[in-house]
Amino acid sequence: MTDTAVRSADRAQARSADRRPERRGQAAVWRKRAEIALFVTPALALLVAFVVVPIATAVQMSLYRWKGFGPMVDFVGLRNYVSVLTNEVFTDAVVHNLIIVVGSILLQLPLGLAIALLLNRKMWGQGLLRTIIFVPYVLAEVIAGVVWFQLLQPQYGVIDTMLAAVGLQGPEQGFLGTPEYALWTVLVVLTWKYLGLAVILFLAGLQGVPDELYEAAQLDGASWWQVQRRITVPLLGPTMRTWGFLSMIGSLQLFDMVWILTGGGPANATTTMATFLVNEGTKRQNFGIAGAASVVLFVIALVLALAYQKFILSRDSKEGGR
Amino acid sequence: MSATTTATRSGRKRSFSGGNPLVYAIALVVVAVTLGPVLYGVLGGFRTNAQLAEDPAGLPSPWVWSNYAGVLSPDSPFWGYFLNSSVIAVLTTAVVVVFGIMAAYPLARYRFKGREALFMVFVIGLLFPATVAIIPLFILITQNYQMGNTWWGVALPQAAFALPMTVVILRPFLQALPTELEEAAQLDGASRIGFFWRILLPLSGPGMVTVGVLAFVGSWNAYLLPLLLLQGDMRTLPLGVADFSSEHSADTAGVFAFTTLAMIPALVFFLAMQKRIVNGLQGAVKG
Repeated sequence: MTDTAVRSADRAQARSADRRPERRGQAAVWRKRAEIALFVTPALALLVAFVVVPIATAVQMSLYRWKGFGPMVDFVGLRNYVSVLTNEVFTDAVVHNLIIVVGSILLQLPLGLAIALLLNRKMWGQGLLRTIIFVPYVLAEVIAGVVWFQLLQPQYGVIDTMLAAVGLQGPEQGFLGTPEYALWTVLVVLTWKYLGLAVILFLAGLQGVPDELYEAAQLDGASWWQVQRRITVPLLGPTMRTWGFLSMIGSLQLFDMVWILTGGGPANATTTMATFLVNEGTKRQNFGIAGAASVVLFVIALVLALAYQKFILSRDSKEGGR
Repeated sequence: MSATTTATRSGRKRSFSGGNPLVYAIALVVVAVTLGPVLYGVLGGFRTNAQLAEDPAGLPSPWVWSNYAGVLSPDSPFWGYFLNSSVIAVLTTAVVVVFGIMAAYPLARYRFKGREALFMVFVIGLLFPATVAIIPLFILITQNYQMGNTWWGVALPQAAFALPMTVVILRPFLQALPTELEEAAQLDGASRIGFFWRILLPLSGPGMVTVGVLAFVGSWNAYLLPLLLLQGDMRTLPLGVADFSSEHSADTAGVFAFTTLAMIPALVFFLAMQKRIVNGLQGAVKG
C-alpha cells in the first residue's frame, strides 16, 4: 500500500520536475527517453529473440502437426493437447515430477535443517565442513550423474558390493534398472546433489537470527532443543519457504540427471515432462506433441508457482518480519 | 536427544565447547556421504579396470597413472571440450553482465512512466524456464538464426534466460547506491551517462561479479541446450563426459578419470569464488 503511494508521489514529482523548464525541458525529455532506450534495448532484444519468440513458437507448434521442416500448415487445433494429456507416458511423467517435487522437499528440508543447525555452532573445521557440503551442488548434474551411474552398476558397482558385504543383495537389474526402484534412486541422488544448497541457504538465514534472542532464551532456562524449536525454526521460516519454491521449480524442470541415469527408463518408470518433450521433439520429430507438452509443463509450473505464492509465500508478507 | 540438550546448552556460539563427540560423529557421516562418491571417482581413475572388477570398494594398488595421462594427452578430445566450455561460459557471462547492468541502470536510477511495467517484463521472464522453449529454440537457432553448432548459438540463449535473474538482483543493488553520489556528479557537470561510466560501473563491481559468477557456473554446467545444439568438435565438457561414459562403458576406470578431470575446473572456480556464489544465491532467495 504505502509502497505504491510513495511510487506515485515519486512519479508526480518527476512529472512536475520535467515540466518546469518548458522548452529546454522538451529536449531533455527526449534525450532521457533516448538514453533509456539505449540502455534497455540490448537486453530486451535478447529476450525477444531467445525467450519470447521461442515460447510463442512453442505455442504455435502445439496447434499444428509438423515434422520440423517447411511451413506449418497442418492445423490440428487442440488435438496435440488431447493426445499429450491422454498419453499414459506423459501423465505418468507428470506424476513422476510431482513425486520428485514432494520427495525432494520432504527429504531435504529436515536433513538440511538438521545439518544447518549442526554446523551453526562453534566447532573445529566448521569452515571446511561448509565448503565440503556445498561441493555436490557445484558439480554439473551430468558429472554427478555419470559418477552415480557407475556407483549404482548392478553387481559390480560399489553400492551393490557394500550391500553384499552386510549380507544384502541389490536388485538383479540394479537400482536404476528396476522399475520399482528407479525413480526413488533418482530421488536419492538428487538429494545428495542438492542438499548442500538447502544447508547453505539455511545457514545464511540462521546468521540473521540475533544472538540476543538465544541469550535471552538461555537466561530463561530454555533447553537447546526448545531454542531450536521455538526460536530458530520459526525465524528461518521465510528462508525455508523461498528455498522450497526454488526446489519446486527445479524439480518440475528435471532433465539432466534423469537423462544420464536412466534416460527415462526402464519402461518409462522415470520419464519426466522434460525428458518426454525432448524425446518427442528430437528423436521422433513430433514437434506438435513436443510443443503441447511444453505448454502443459509451463502451465503446471505456473499454477503451482502461483499456488505456492498464494498459500505459502504470502505468509511472509503477512507476518511482516522484514 | 536429551544428552545433546544438556551438553550444549551452555556452549552456544561463545565457548569452544562444540566438542560434543556426537556432533563430530554426525559431521563425519555427512562428510563421508557428501564426498564419498566424488573421492571414489577420483581414486577409481587411479585403478585399472581389473582392479575395479575384482574389488570395487578397494583402494588403488598399485596406483596407475595411465587413465589420467590418456585423458590429458595432447590428442585427447578433452582439451577441445574444455575450450568450448570455457569460451561459451565467458561469452555468456560477458553478455549477461553487460546487458544486465545496462538494463538495470535506468530501471534503478531513472524516473519515467512505465518503469515498473518494464521491470515486470524481467520479473515475468523469471517464470519461463529454458526447458519450456527448448525445442523451438533448437529449431530457431539451427534453421532461422543459422547459429547451430556455434559458440554464440549456445551463449546467447543462455544469456537471455539468465538475464531476468540478473536484472532482478542488480536493480536493488544499484538502487542502494546513495543519491548524493549522483547529485554530486551532476553538480560537477556529469551527464547521466557519464555518471554511469565513471561512478556507477566502478561501484557496482561486487554486484556484477556475483551475477557474473552465477551465469558462469550455470553455463559451465549446462547440458540440455548444448545437447541439442552442439555436435562433434563443438561439444562442451558435460556433453563430452556423458558421451565418453556411454561410448567407453566397459572402461570404468577411464570414465572415472575423465569425469574427475572434468569436475576439477568447476571445483577450482567454486573454491575461488565461494563467497560470491553463496552471496548470489542468498541474494536470489532474499530478492
